Amino acid sequence: MDNSWEPKILAFLCNWCSYAGADLAGTSRIQYPPNIRVIRVPCSGRINPLFILKALQGGVDGVLVSGCHPGDCHYLTGNYVGRRKSATLKRFLEYLGLEEGRVQFSWVSAAEGGKFSQVVGEVVQDIKKLGPIKRFVKK
Amino acid sequence: MIQKKIREKAKELLEKKMVDLIIGFGEWTLPLRTTPIFVRNPKEVDHLIWNSFCENNLSTYLHKFSHFKVGIVVKGCDARSITALSLEKRFKPDQLYLIGVPCQRMVDRRRVKKAVKGEILRASEQGDQIIVEGEDFKTALKREDFLYSSCQVCTHRTPTLANVLVGDPVEEIPMTETHPDIKEFEKKSPEERWKYFEKESSRCILCFACREACPMCYCEECFVDSSNPKWIEKSLSPSDNEFYHIVRAYHQTGRCSGCGACERACPMEIRLTYLTQKLNQNVKELFNFETGIDAETLPPLSTYETEDRQEFIK
Repeated sequence: MDNSWEPKILAFLCNWCSYAGADLAGTSRIQYPPNIRVIRVPCSGRINPLFILKALQGGVDGVLVSGCHPGDCHYLTGNYVGRRKSATLKRFLEYLGLEEGRVQFSWVSAAEGGKFSQVVGEVVQDIKKLGPIKRFVKK
Repeated sequence: MIQKKIREKAKELLEKKMVDLIIGFGEWTLPLRTTPIFVRNPKEVDHLIWNSFCENNLSTYLHKFSHFKVGIVVKGCDARSITALSLEKRFKPDQLYLIGVPCQRMVDRRRVKKAVKGEILRASEQGDQIIVEGEDFKTALKREDFLYSSCQVCTHRTPTLANVLVGDPVEEIPMTETHPDIKEFEKKSPEERWKYFEKESSRCILCFACREACPMCYCEECFVDSSNPKWIEKSLSPSDNEFYHIVRAYHQTGRCSGCGACERACPMEIRLTYLTQKLNQNVKELFNFETGIDAETLPPLSTYETEDRQEFIK
């Protein structure tokens, strides 16, 4: 693998927290790797597991889902419901043999620009270690 | 004996007009098989049978009779599916009458066919033996050696929450920590696991028989049939087959009773239960939930706890 390879990571960010967190990171001039492509969603509970699978099938090297901290959901319980879906999906994909770390989850509030940059940095590092996606991707 | 009791109960229900029809098992023309039958006339209850080949999960047919009062012959797994469906509000209260049969576990016809040379023309059951006959052979096989893998590990053979139980409850085997199929699969490295899954799903011809046989697959429009958004292409792409198998299994999270109907329905003999059984094990570990045991507890993905595990979230 040549060193110039950079992963493409799809990030589903909740409109009410992580998206604003990403914005804050930007306005505060906090650096983070440019590998993520953001899709704004109304809530982390909006994430249908099909979205994640379709993204991986389409060739992104990793997926990040980020929502509000427990108790902070704009819709009160969306992130709790999302958390159960994430837990079961993540376990199932790893059981099937997809590498651990391809699909990641985080809680980032609108005030955590620093945390957002740190999370993105970690996710990019993890996925660089795994290399380009080979399993499941449509050739 | 059980067969006689089923017929008596069916007759009583139909005569008293407690139900509009009875769904049960009937004779079929092929050996080692039975067919689902729908009895509306009390005079026809003698078509109902019970043996070791009553493998279908009859609760699948309930979706077609939402305007009727239905009596249904159920095994342990079927009853669990019905409880799970009731929790999803698929039936009106008192719409169903469950004739529960403590299950003796069903015989895997494919394994029987592989055990003998030549075509089986007749099959019957005598005690704990299955007698199979062909043109130039007649063999007696031990029933216990030819059970479905999903039946071998079944921990709820006596139907829970049935209106009436015909026959005595059977002794349940205790739940083992891990399903043997899962244990075997988990021994492999992630790469080997993916390779195995890829190989199994590559044989799929996308006939969707597994979906049709499953009582829990009742969506008005299945994700594979949706044209906008189009989730999978129905062409020969290994990735699309994997997509289908991942999502079909994942949709069963916290809903699968482990009846094995999907695997039995597959014409390509693709192994499917190691996927759904793992999901069952996951919800047991994460949310301490077992499908169809309790008529009150909501399925895990319909609810939440504030204290759910979240060590995987950054």
